[in-house]
Amino acid sequence: MKLLISNGHLIDPTEGQNSGKNLLIEDGKVVAWLNQNESVPEDAEVFDATGLIVAPGFIDLHVHLREPGQEHKETIASGCAAAVAGGWTSVCPMPNTSPINDNAAITRYMIEQAERAGLANVFPVGAITKSSDGAELAEMGEMKAAGAVAVSDDGRPVPNAGMMRRAMEYAKDFDLPVVDHCEDKSLSSGGVMNEGKMSLLLGLKGMPALAEELDAVRDIILAKETGAHIHIAHISTKGAIEAVRRAKNEGINVTCEVTPHHFTLIDKAVEGYDTNTKMSPPLRSEEHLEGILEAIKDGTIDAIATDHAPHHADEKALEYDRAPMGITGLETAIGLAFNELVHKGLIDLVRLIELCSTNPAKIFKLKNRGGLRVGSIADITILDPDLNWTYKVSDSKSKSKNSPFDGWEFQGAAVAAIVGGKIVYRREIKES
Amino acid sequence: MNKPFRRRDLLGIRHLSAEEIVGILNTAENFREINSREIKKVPTLRGKTVINLFFENSTRTRTSFELAAKRLSADAVNISISSSAIAKGETLVDTALNLDAMQPDCIVVRHSSAGVPHQLAKVSKAAIVNAGDGANEHPTQALLDAMTIRERKGNIDGLEVAIVGDILHSRVARSNIHLLTKLGAKVRVAGPKTLVPNDFQYLVEKDLRVCPNIEEAISGADVVMILRIQRERQDSAYFPTLREYAIHYGLTQERLNLAKSDAIVLHPGPMNRGIEISSDVADSSRSLILDQVKYGVAVRMAVLYLATGGAASNG
Repeated sequence: MKLLISNGHLIDPTEGQNSGKNLLIEDGKVVAWLNQNESVPEDAEVFDATGLIVAPGFIDLHVHLREPGQEHKETIASGCAAAVAGGWTSVCPMPNTSPINDNAAITRYMIEQAERAGLANVFPVGAITKSSDGAELAEMGEMKAAGAVAVSDDGRPVPNAGMMRRAMEYAKDFDLPVVDHCEDKSLSSGGVMNEGKMSLLLGLKGMPALAEELDAVRDIILAKETGAHIHIAHISTKGAIEAVRRAKNEGINVTCEVTPHHFTLIDKAVEGYDTNTKMSPPLRSEEHLEGILEAIKDGTIDAIATDHAPHHADEKALEYDRAPMGITGLETAIGLAFNELVHKGLIDLVRLIELCSTNPAKIFKLKNRGGLRVGSIADITILDPDLNWTYKVSDSKSKSKNSPFDGWEFQGAAVAAIVGGKIVYRREIKES
Repeated sequence: MNKPFRRRDLLGIRHLSAEEIVGILNTAENFREINSREIKKVPTLRGKTVINLFFENSTRTRTSFELAAKRLSADAVNISISSSAIAKGETLVDTALNLDAMQPDCIVVRHSSAGVPHQLAKVSKAAIVNAGDGANEHPTQALLDAMTIRERKGNIDGLEVAIVGDILHSRVARSNIHLLTKLGAKVRVAGPKTLVPNDFQYLVEKDLRVCPNIEEAISGADVVMILRIQRERQDSAYFPTLREYAIHYGLTQERLNLAKSDAIVLHPGPMNRGIEISSDVADSSRSLILDQVKYGVAVRMAVLYLATGGAASNG
């Protein structure tokens, strides 16, 4: 089975490629780069990518797929459908399922469910501690053997520095990155939005930026001490970003990701008490947004990850301080990245692809992904940087509709996703 | 009558203009007299239905709203939910839609969570009046405070007002800061630093100052507003003991002497005597605490009248 992606503009940051090339795929792998005047192999299916960008498949380091345990919010199949519709060929689900993904059986189950769905690749992130309760280490070696690519206690970050140190030492033995949702809950507990002028104005309990910064600094010191790779999830504060910047300069093994909502929205959006503006870390103030944009530009931020966190409408239809944290994000991420980063001139397409594919593949050590050199796995995201479209949450492939971006207009989208050489998603273009 | 507050929902003071606030106060002045008649009832809102939806305990505010409705001949129904519907698994939106289906003209809502009136206003056809939402706003309290101040001081413009105590958790403080600064007063706030974050000075654009201690806030003030210590709204200790609070932050006669000689004292009630306010101050002629309660009924009559479109039908 051959597939030729013809007439596209191929961008592969790993090869410094940024011009027109045809890509020949066979048996799920890239087998050749062809010049566009070369003849098309007769037995190949042709994907006409005229006017489109052909990029290595996008990898989302941070999603919540809710299966097993909370299938009313999302399943691996529905989450993967949303992923490929948003241009993500691989997603890395956090372990806060029910039960927690703290053992090889659950890791394996998640991968099997993804294989059944046959859409995106799923690379699970296992728990750091059993039940993510911070007390005993989970079986990281077994989870890795089953397919886990990193460890994290995501929303329940390890509060105890001693345990975190041990976790990093142990994870290093298995070459597993340790992902931390940096939040010192002794500072943020009970908070529902960013602490600052807006929280005072709205009478809502704040989560100070300090809570993230303090935990990030702790993790960086521990990473320096242990030599482990710490990946800071959904970084949202100027202070934590500055700490990462300093640590990188010192050569400490630290990486970080940012979510589209944190590079787009600020805490003013909470005005009106729409529970789809509630997430953790919370939307921050203007000065933090400036810090984030600067760090995207200067390379301090390594990756864009969605923190796709589906919640059922009934759960979000509550008082602001009782509603669960989190929003969906898989289908709006690329539109937001085009609107806020590319078209505003902050980054170019090459950097976008690094942020969404090349760097994520490196961070979680996903072999033969993140680039399209011959021999790579044929995970491909096809982009149309100029497509104008409107996001309608009612059309979302996710089971949940908790997005603050309903009705937003975008310029730029992923228009097709190819996973392992198979076209798993093609956007219907409505003729206007 | 004036044409005040054209919006039907009263969610807070923050989004009202000075003109709208004065309009409500003037309407309240017109209703005040009814409350001292022998027959305290007029047919103004006959046939209108008001639901008092209280998710949080309240005696004073609920009674005040109920009397206000009844004196205007509206039919008032009180519902105290105390989270029981929520305990049964009903969402906030469902509760609102069910009540709305009974076609009330106005829902007066109190809730321990900030923003609930705003959320209800999005789904409800009835006018929503905020009777206190978490630490956000308590607009009718600020309005009755303003009425009390106007009664004694004539005007709010140019007054120096000290607000003292637990500012962080106080919806009364927030509504008052918005109202007083919109009407031209200068507001100083003070209390334990744990309860008066410095960022508070950015709450409004001008005329608000966070003072380092309560003596500085009270000095030269025309009005001293004391907030209730609400232990139930605090999830952890912000100060060591009530004893220490009383000693360092309580309004005593000695501290009150720092204010102008004709300064008045307000408290939204219920008072913790001997803690945030000493009894001699509370019972002195400076204290207008019972006037506040009295004017509360007139203010709520005005708000219900305006919210239910009384102005439109009776013009």
